[in-house]
Amino acid sequence: MTKKSDLMPGTLDMMILKTLTRGPQHGYGIASSIKRASEDVLTVEEGSLYPALQRLLLQNWVKAEWRSTETNRRARYYTLTATGRKQLGLEHSRFEEMIAAIGRVMQDA
Amino acid sequence: MDAIARFFMKAGMMIRREKFTSELEEEMSFHREQKEKELREAGTAPEAAHHTAALEFGNPTRLKEQSYEVMGFRFEMVWQDLHFALRQLRRSLGFTSTAILMLALGIGASVAIFAFVDAALIKPLPYKDPTRLVDVTESAKVFPRANLSYEDYLDWKKRNKVFSVMEVYTGTGYLMNTPSGVEPVPAARVSAGFFRVLGVTPVLGRDFYDGEDQPGASDTVIVTYATWQARFGGRKDVIGQTVRLDGRPNTIVGVLPPSFQFAPRGNAEFWATLHRLSGCEKRRGCHNLYGVGRLKDGVTVPMALADMTSIAKQLEAQYPGTNRGQGASVKPLSEQIVGDIRSILLVLLGGAGLLLVIACVNVSSLLLVRSEARKREVAVRGALGASRARLVRQFATEALVLVIAGGALGLLCAYGAMQVLIRLLSKDMLSYMPYLGGIGLNAHVVAFAGMISLMAAVLFAAAPVLRLPLDQVREGLSDGGRTSAGTFWRRFGANLVVLELAVAVVLLVGAGLLGKSFYKLLHVELGFQPDHLATVQVVLPQTTYAKDPQVVSVSKQILERVSSLPGVKSAALTTMLPVSGNGNTNWIRFVGKPYNGEHNEVNQREVSSDYFKTLQAKLVAGRFFTEDDDASKPLVVVINKALARQYFPGEDPVGRKMGDTELTPKSLREIIGVVDDVKEGSLDSEIMPAQYDPINQNAESYISLVVRTSQDEKLILPALVGAIHEIDPGIGAMNEITMVQRINESQTAYLHRSSAWLVGGFAAMALVLGVVGLYGVIAYSVSQRTREIGVRMALGAQQSSVYRMILKEAGWLTGFGILAGLMCSIAVATLMRKLLFGIHTWDVSTLAAVALLLGVSTLLASYFPARRAASVNPVEALRAE
Repeated sequence: MTKKSDLMPGTLDMMILKTLTRGPQHGYGIASSIKRASEDVLTVEEGSLYPALQRLLLQNWVKAEWRSTETNRRARYYTLTATGRKQLGLEHSRFEEMIAAIGRVMQDA
Repeated sequence: MDAIARFFMKAGMMIRREKFTSELEEEMSFHREQKEKELREAGTAPEAAHHTAALEFGNPTRLKEQSYEVMGFRFEMVWQDLHFALRQLRRSLGFTSTAILMLALGIGASVAIFAFVDAALIKPLPYKDPTRLVDVTESAKVFPRANLSYEDYLDWKKRNKVFSVMEVYTGTGYLMNTPSGVEPVPAARVSAGFFRVLGVTPVLGRDFYDGEDQPGASDTVIVTYATWQARFGGRKDVIGQTVRLDGRPNTIVGVLPPSFQFAPRGNAEFWATLHRLSGCEKRRGCHNLYGVGRLKDGVTVPMALADMTSIAKQLEAQYPGTNRGQGASVKPLSEQIVGDIRSILLVLLGGAGLLLVIACVNVSSLLLVRSEARKREVAVRGALGASRARLVRQFATEALVLVIAGGALGLLCAYGAMQVLIRLLSKDMLSYMPYLGGIGLNAHVVAFAGMISLMAAVLFAAAPVLRLPLDQVREGLSDGGRTSAGTFWRRFGANLVVLELAVAVVLLVGAGLLGKSFYKLLHVELGFQPDHLATVQVVLPQTTYAKDPQVVSVSKQILERVSSLPGVKSAALTTMLPVSGNGNTNWIRFVGKPYNGEHNEVNQREVSSDYFKTLQAKLVAGRFFTEDDDASKPLVVVINKALARQYFPGEDPVGRKMGDTELTPKSLREIIGVVDDVKEGSLDSEIMPAQYDPINQNAESYISLVVRTSQDEKLILPALVGAIHEIDPGIGAMNEITMVQRINESQTAYLHRSSAWLVGGFAAMALVLGVVGLYGVIAYSVSQRTREIGVRMALGAQQSSVYRMILKEAGWLTGFGILAGLMCSIAVATLMRKLLFGIHTWDVSTLAAVALLLGVSTLLASYFPARRAASVNPVEALRAE
């Protein structure tokens, strides 16, 4: 088994929400989109997306519905909700604060 | 989103779990297929593409589990824990069943005894505001709680400032005329406000009016609910009907509620008023009543006692002849009602509690041993990512499963034990303990069971958790950790065993003392031969036998008829059988001896001429009565040795005269003989001075027939009743019973027997559990030290020295346990002093016997592990490591 790089806790949820700002997407789409955007650096264990999606569903940050793809396959599409958008803003600013703080620590050292 | 919506979402997932799973699977497989497709399009070989897609996706089972966990309820996790716990427990069935059985034993015993404690001591009496009710009586030198005289009662009622109401009651019996003949029925006579002071209202009809207890009032009775059902078919028109009691028509005016109980007169079927004052009630110096008072607001029992004592003092000054030395006694009514069994119940509860402690200690040490054995498992699960919390929860779940199973089984055992114990009480005795009637698994009892189970569960969950070095997972994985852990447990487990053995000693000593007390009680010097004696209570109807000569002649007839029955050696009459209780006393004074006015209180019995011969009581001096000692002859009396010793020390009492406090000429009797002390009181009571008057000179209509038989005395009982009814079917004959049964079923014997047997049972179980516990510790210690023993033997240690080593370890534990236990038991025995009879709390032979018994048992228990240790093959032991 290849070793997957560890993500900072909570960042996966944030990245999913961010990805969904560009429109509804199915699980595979979200995974490829994160991979592409991070230029293959963040290769999370793709399956871990699904427990995370359940979590977001439960918080009502995303909505899910079954739709057909362009190739006429049935797939579950996730859409960002209004509360999800608010949450993304919140998490994003918190994340930036943390990165900045870590950056300062690393510089001083 | 708020919690409620989340709840519904989770609930929806629960209900449509199938759908959730299939959708999740579909989504995941779509993901993998897309990935595979993309890889193939990029030129990867189909096989490799499939493989890579699967690899990058991760373990689908685990991911699905994680998704469930997000969406699932907490109890699903609990369910998982439960499932795992059950599997673990099933795997070691021996451990599980032992633990559950031990718990069931401990919990069952405690709960069963608690049910009795609850019924007798905790549940309030079924009266209005029962804590304000007090038992009010007079007191005398020999009787701290003596009867109250009617005249004194009237003065007490009038003069007291502490009771809002004060009423009296006394027991009686009636001969009831029924179509099938007369039947003796137990009854009570009360003052008019008796039911009102208790706060009891008849369900049918009315209560007694004020003044209905005054002389001249008409004959009215109130019946109990059970009597109404049994004798009057529960018909509503019973009110206004008449019932013939002692030949007189009585109008039934009321029916008591079904819940009504009054323990002191528990078996009374008819309740009448005092309006027909008995001869006794017309004399201030004759005491036959008991009082019940309701304290005024703000008045305490000591205040009430002070007030009544000062009134008693006034009366003493006013009526020195009758009231000299007559004080007052006031105590809570509940104390009067349950006083006898309070101490025994508390001792039993203590015994059951100790048994529970042993059981819990045993189960926790089993759990500890098991947690030792499972250290590897825990370490592996910890390494695989189980959180500390999760592991703790797992142990807690296992403990809870054990306790719930043990508790449920215990509750079942308790229910069975209650039924058995209640059945052991004779019906007669139960009627005097009506509060035990509703015993069962009520809310109190179940709550108590829940509480002790919860405490046990906490203990069992804590034991292995405290023990487990959850942070030192790595150490646990390697085998090296074993030796040190073994040492820890050996030390800790050893302490537990000492505790267990000490508790077992306490229980054994308790049982030994109670058993010995019981033996002594049954073998107490009675002053007569109780075997081959049959007894029957006889009531001569006053309507037929109104005059003394009539009573005397029918009594003679009864004796003649009964004596002619086959197998009867002799027959006699008495007003009170031996071992009935001290009481029915007389105040005496001697001619030619100084008298200081104090009451010389002695038991007084009227007996027929063959009474002492029938009892086989020994004549000490003078002579017994003859049939000639009748009303036409000078009055005579036989006294017992105690009376002679107390009032004629160093003198010959025969020929001296005694009489009442005034030495009234017609009361003077000549002492003609001294009889050996016959036990008149209960088995555990002191011998009191007693006088025996010839029944032919003091005709009595409420008498006991006692018969000495040559064959089995039980067989003659029906014939006795038959013989009496042949003379006159109107004579009441009841309570036919042999003397031995009477003694064995007396309340004193019952209380001592039941406490001895129950504590004995607890002690036996404690002994077994304690010995098993010791065996466990020693066996475990040997298994842990196999290597050490192997080394010792390889270095030349003899088998005997290995034996010695192991037995020494057991010996220390046992020694400490026994020593600590003996010291505790002396303290405990002091607490239950009240239940002991004829022995000291530090009865040396009991203590020695217990120490010996426990010593031998533990020696046996440690012999087997020691033998295993001595037969260790050094080569194998060393290789095994």
